[in-house]
Amino acid sequence: MTKKKLTNAEKGWERGVIASKIANDLPHASYVNLGIGMPELVSQHIKDDREIIYHSENGLLGMGPTPNENEIDFDLINAGKKPVTILPGGSFCHHADSFSMIRGGHIDYCVLGAMEVSMNGDLANWSTGKGIPAVGGAMDLVAGAKNVFVMTQHLTKEGKPKLVEKCTLPLTGSGVVSRVYTDYAVIDITKEGFKVVEINENLSIEYLQTVTEGRVYQ
Amino acid sequence: MQINKIKTEIAEMLSDVFDGATIMVGGFGEAGSPIELLHGLIDHGAKDLTIIANNSGNGRVGLGALIGQKQVKKVICSFARSAKGITFQELYNKGKIELEVVPQGTLAERIRAAGSGIPAFYTATAVGTPLAIGKEEKIFNGKKYILEEALNADFALVKADVSDRYGNLTFKKTARNFNPVMCMAAKQSLIQVRKLIEPHQTNPENVITPGIFVKKIIEIDNPIIETNAIEEGMIYP
Repeated sequence: MTKKKLTNAEKGWERGVIASKIANDLPHASYVNLGIGMPELVSQHIKDDREIIYHSENGLLGMGPTPNENEIDFDLINAGKKPVTILPGGSFCHHADSFSMIRGGHIDYCVLGAMEVSMNGDLANWSTGKGIPAVGGAMDLVAGAKNVFVMTQHLTKEGKPKLVEKCTLPLTGSGVVSRVYTDYAVIDITKEGFKVVEINENLSIEYLQTVTEGRVYQ
Repeated sequence: MQINKIKTEIAEMLSDVFDGATIMVGGFGEAGSPIELLHGLIDHGAKDLTIIANNSGNGRVGLGALIGQKQVKKVICSFARSAKGITFQELYNKGKIELEVVPQGTLAERIRAAGSGIPAFYTATAVGTPLAIGKEEKIFNGKKYILEEALNADFALVKADVSDRYGNLTFKKTARNFNPVMCMAAKQSLIQVRKLIEPHQTNPENVITPGIFVKKIIEIDNPIIETNAIEEGMIYP
């Protein structure tokens, strides 16, 4: 009997595992902006030894979790336009002040999804080049936040590498990403290439190189 | 005679609006969206409008309805895609409406700059991206920036929570968003408020937008909630 070959999805870390790795790397008392979608999971994995303050760019500092059905207020929403709550110690501000928190370098970490990340830290995550172009706050976040983390699957749905030598999609920012968390590995962007900080226990560095464009090293 | 910016009719609020005007529309998604004023603008009938807003409307209510009436020639916004958006998408796909995409923070800052007498400023946002094409670049302390110009407007349509007759505004939660900076940037800020109070009831420590930035006010005590209106199948007009 032949051994069952694992699919790429089966080899990778679950999304919650990736989120907990990011959560562990956010220091106590950080001001953090989590992008819409997968990065929102990070807040569920923060340990009790630290307090993190979440920023939502539509003018909310100290964002709390999703409200119960009977507590929904359509005037209290997050950047994804979903109802949220505000925690004690939180505050509201207008959009220009909220983006000054980002553009003025006051946000310590932002965690965003990606379509492509290049070896020099270029990020493409706002446009496939098709449909109505819509950027939101992504370009402000990558230009302004002190540290830009990317949380993403290692491969596209079609099985193509998202970590590439050079992005082919329209850029969100140039040389802005510091660290990438995928289902296969945690990778730092360095001058020498993609530096593997941690690799999935099911995978070898040689395999990782075959699913990554550009130099991978440990 | 006392200063009194309060009006009782929406038509009176919009009496100076003209064809070809540039109009800022406050709100982020539905939070703070001035739906009654937008419906008033449909009744007014002004055409060839340029709209400056974060989004491009949902359903056929508020901004979505105004665009559906073909009164808008151009939208300047950061995010013109929405699961519930219909009218902008239809016109854009037919090439019948222009779009200028602006990063959200640059949009807010261009509006703030206009209200503060700053004609242009440099920012790192969008450097190296398609949205930097054609813009002047300059290096400060070894880092590259692009030049962005202020965004002025003839009118701003804004929803606030509470006001007195001077136009001292407070907003509710994240419905504040772009509203304070739009009030500063437009020649005429036209405000719908949930509640009017007497000036002695205004706590000066809590005023978010001082009355100098406000032209006209109307009380709409039970404003339409966009999500509910769309769920109920509301179509305006």
